[in-house]
Amino acid sequence: MSPPPSESAASTIGGHSESGPAANVSFDAELARAGANVNSRWGMALFLAKRYPLGGVGLAIVTLFILVAVFAPLITGHDPLATNPSISLAKPAAAHLMGTDFMGRDLFSRVIYGARTSLAVAFGATLLGVVFGVLIGLASGYLGGWVDLTTQRVIDMLQALPTLILAMAMAAALGPSLTNTIIAIAIPKLPSIARVIRASTLSLREMPFVEAARAMGMSEMRIALRHILPNTLAPLIVLATAGLGSAILVEASLSFLGLGVPEPHPSWGRMLSESAAEYVRTAPWLVIFPGLAITFAVFGTNLLGDALRDILDPRQRTSN
Amino acid sequence: MEKVAEKVSADTPATAKTVLEVEGLKTYFFVRQGVVKAVDDISFSLKAGEKLAIVGESGCGKSMTALSILRLVPDPPGRIVAGSIKLDGKDLLKLSDAEMRKIRGNQISMIFQEPMTSLNPVWSIGNQISEAVMLHQNVSRHEAFDKAVEMLKLVKIPEPSRRAREYPHQLSGGMRQRAMTAMALACNPHVLLADEPTTALDVTIQAQILDLILELQERLGTAVVLITHDLGVVAETAKRVIVMYGGKIVEEAAVEDLFENPLHPYTQGLLAAVPHLAALSTQAGEAASRNRLKEIPGIVPALVNLPKGCVFAPRCPHASDVCRNEYPPYEMKQPGHGVACWHAGKLAGGAHA
Amino acid sequence: MPDGANDMNANVPVLDVRNLKKHFPVRKGLLRKVAGHVYAVDGVSFSIARGQTLGLVGESGCGKSTVARAVIRLIEPTSGEVRILGRDILSLSKDELRESRRQAQIIFQDPFSSLNPRMSAGEIVGEPLLVHGIGNKKEREERVAALFDRVGLRASQMGSLPHQFSGGQRQRIGIARALALDPQLIIGDEPVSALDVSIQAQVINLLMDLQAEKNLSYLFIAHDLAVVEHISHRVAVMYLGRVVEHAETRALFSSPQHPYTEALLSAVPVPNPRLKRQKRLVQGDVPSPINPPPGCHFHTRCPYATEQCKVEVPPLVEVAPDHWAACHLRKPLVAVV
Repeated sequence: MSPPPSESAASTIGGHSESGPAANVSFDAELARAGANVNSRWGMALFLAKRYPLGGVGLAIVTLFILVAVFAPLITGHDPLATNPSISLAKPAAAHLMGTDFMGRDLFSRVIYGARTSLAVAFGATLLGVVFGVLIGLASGYLGGWVDLTTQRVIDMLQALPTLILAMAMAAALGPSLTNTIIAIAIPKLPSIARVIRASTLSLREMPFVEAARAMGMSEMRIALRHILPNTLAPLIVLATAGLGSAILVEASLSFLGLGVPEPHPSWGRMLSESAAEYVRTAPWLVIFPGLAITFAVFGTNLLGDALRDILDPRQRTSN
Repeated sequence: MEKVAEKVSADTPATAKTVLEVEGLKTYFFVRQGVVKAVDDISFSLKAGEKLAIVGESGCGKSMTALSILRLVPDPPGRIVAGSIKLDGKDLLKLSDAEMRKIRGNQISMIFQEPMTSLNPVWSIGNQISEAVMLHQNVSRHEAFDKAVEMLKLVKIPEPSRRAREYPHQLSGGMRQRAMTAMALACNPHVLLADEPTTALDVTIQAQILDLILELQERLGTAVVLITHDLGVVAETAKRVIVMYGGKIVEEAAVEDLFENPLHPYTQGLLAAVPHLAALSTQAGEAASRNRLKEIPGIVPALVNLPKGCVFAPRCPHASDVCRNEYPPYEMKQPGHGVACWHAGKLAGGAHA
Repeated sequence: MPDGANDMNANVPVLDVRNLKKHFPVRKGLLRKVAGHVYAVDGVSFSIARGQTLGLVGESGCGKSTVARAVIRLIEPTSGEVRILGRDILSLSKDELRESRRQAQIIFQDPFSSLNPRMSAGEIVGEPLLVHGIGNKKEREERVAALFDRVGLRASQMGSLPHQFSGGQRQRIGIARALALDPQLIIGDEPVSALDVSIQAQVINLLMDLQAEKNLSYLFIAHDLAVVEHISHRVAVMYLGRVVEHAETRALFSSPQHPYTEALLSAVPVPNPRLKRQKRLVQGDVPSPINPPPGCHFHTRCPYATEQCKVEVPPLVEVAPDHWAACHLRKPLVAVV
């Protein structure tokens, strides 16, 4: 029979506790928090950006990198490949915002153009991984039987190797080129995508709407493409976005090790490897700027991926 | 062989003291579509040892009422925005979280619909029941386990001491619901909230479980709030019935009164819409097979941004302008028989069947 | 239509099932060895005439949903014979089977998971037409609009996604989809069990109206005895994979011959508080279908069980005119030689 603690009388209305007849609930504030006044696509985007501020930051960073990659020639006047030994290892200054490297190439434009390489590899590898991962996962989950058994064991083997080791092995086997780097990075992505697609296929396969499709006489192929695939998109988008960051990182690592994108494409990873050993003391900007570019690109895609997971996760969709 | 003890005489005299009193309770959900008034200004009271049923369709607020009483409304997006819930005169909404935890499972406990998901699969049945006991009573683990076995015996689980060491997946659905009941009653609560306790069960098992809950209720003197959509279950178990629609109480009466003289058009419609087993029906001709059922037109309303006026008006055959403009007051039309309908007086008796 | 000839003959049952069996292997251990079988459906026979409804009742695990799926080969039966409009369904090739799907359609229990959440209501209802290449785009759209109208939805709702409909409306979409191919037989697997009482009545009425209009046959599976009684011409009661009683509806409900039917009827809560019945509660749970009890499956719970019941499987025999029961305690009608 203890009296109510006074501090809880007015303020706290959170968790599972309501303190007192809560005349102090502000309907407008509550509704705004729930996003009730959202009525347009842009409003929705704004609401989500507010609700997931880090996701908004991530989206902004990714967008920025894409814009930079697309409009690279407009952003910088310097040719990233033009050498000028006379200004080798120039310090950052107005003429060369990030300085120059040992061959006198403008570092700013190399970092800008490097975004093209990184994003091409990241998106290319992700796309490739998604297309083949989805096909494998769908076939494995929907057909079952020996198809499933075989692909699952192959996937087990692929997953037993760390991503970077596998990518390195692939890159070494395929030889250095932009396309081969994309393939080398895509292959380690296959297992996780195939796994996710297989798992959702397995559960979707038992859904009554799939039974209904079968009962109306639809072919298995069509059921897989029309009824199962579209319903696996949400986890796929999350996985693909989250994978962009790791693709950028793996590309940088491969290029750092000399297994990645070859000259003349400017690559952040190779920029680091060229400079790290010799110039890190004398010309630290050669390491700092490409390093920052990698960090921000990975950071941005990871933030975006996390936010998308929160938004698209079916377990969180109940409040809609 | 068990028999359902049918009792017509009031076993809850008017003098019994009130254990639970809900006043002006409002539980709202704030979602993107707006305010969902899941429970909208409901009041009722429950006397010691009483059997009350809350009946209604999905989304009428009946389960949310139970969760509000236990202060287990998911937040966000839900909030209890007004009202009071008095247990033995003490307002639960004014308690701290810690104090509330001492109430839950001790003075008020709840049985849920799905006995599989409401038991933890990694602990044995006996372990889970004794944990509930130890939470609220100052007893040793050993004593608590003994109590658990005793409770399992009470809910007629054969070989209780062996069963206590088994895990939920080893029990059938009916046995799990018995175990849930044992856990809910282990601390001898004043109030038992049973939310669709038999909906997930087969009809022969449902009969066993209802029979069990009623028997224990009488033996232990617990007041029961039975939440269900099944009018048959209501008729066979409750003494008093609350009908909810659209988050509000639309009618409340003694069970015989409600089934024979429903005053609210929704209650009337609901009773007429259920097919009756002809072989068991006393109302001759009513259940002649393959006639059209009397349907309530329209759909169960979504509780977001409800229009003004009576929530049932869009589906009501008697709705007039006043119904569409103003929510009807809840009035006692007869002793112990309240209804919220503008036309209740005129419709009394005539409209049903 | 390959079945044109059969259509002429009104005496051919729309659905004729003989000794249908479905055994699911239970695999155990590392090598997935078959450790036993679930006798989900164990020798079930029945037939449904044109324009008639057979109600199939029983508790969970009795195999009624397996029967529903096996008769249209959504699940391949282990053995038996299934004829739809006289045509043996089990001997059809995959392509023939797809074509024959037009004659029998199914309505599911859960109005939420039975519709693809990413397709509009109109697409869902029009899909069977698309699959069978019926009509051009415009004709299909008109047909879908007509179906919407028939099941009580507005044609303007064709573009909406399933989640924008209520449970009852979604079940109407499922019914419209089943009707799209103009089938003779509709299998309802608990089609109203998930619906609210007031909505359930609407859907039952709709199903009965459609039957009267199109002379449809229904295999109506449900656990709610009152609903089954209301909608069915004949009723079969299943227990652990077998039909234990089968009769015309009124006969079955007014004079049940099998102790299990009796127990089921007794257990149904009746919405009449003044009605005081002596309930005959059966004890215990439904045994596991993996190793069902020998003899009569019901003997473990039956108050009248004898020694014979524990060892000998009772055959389904005619115990009263057109009233079949599988119980040792019922004497068969004297066979007319």
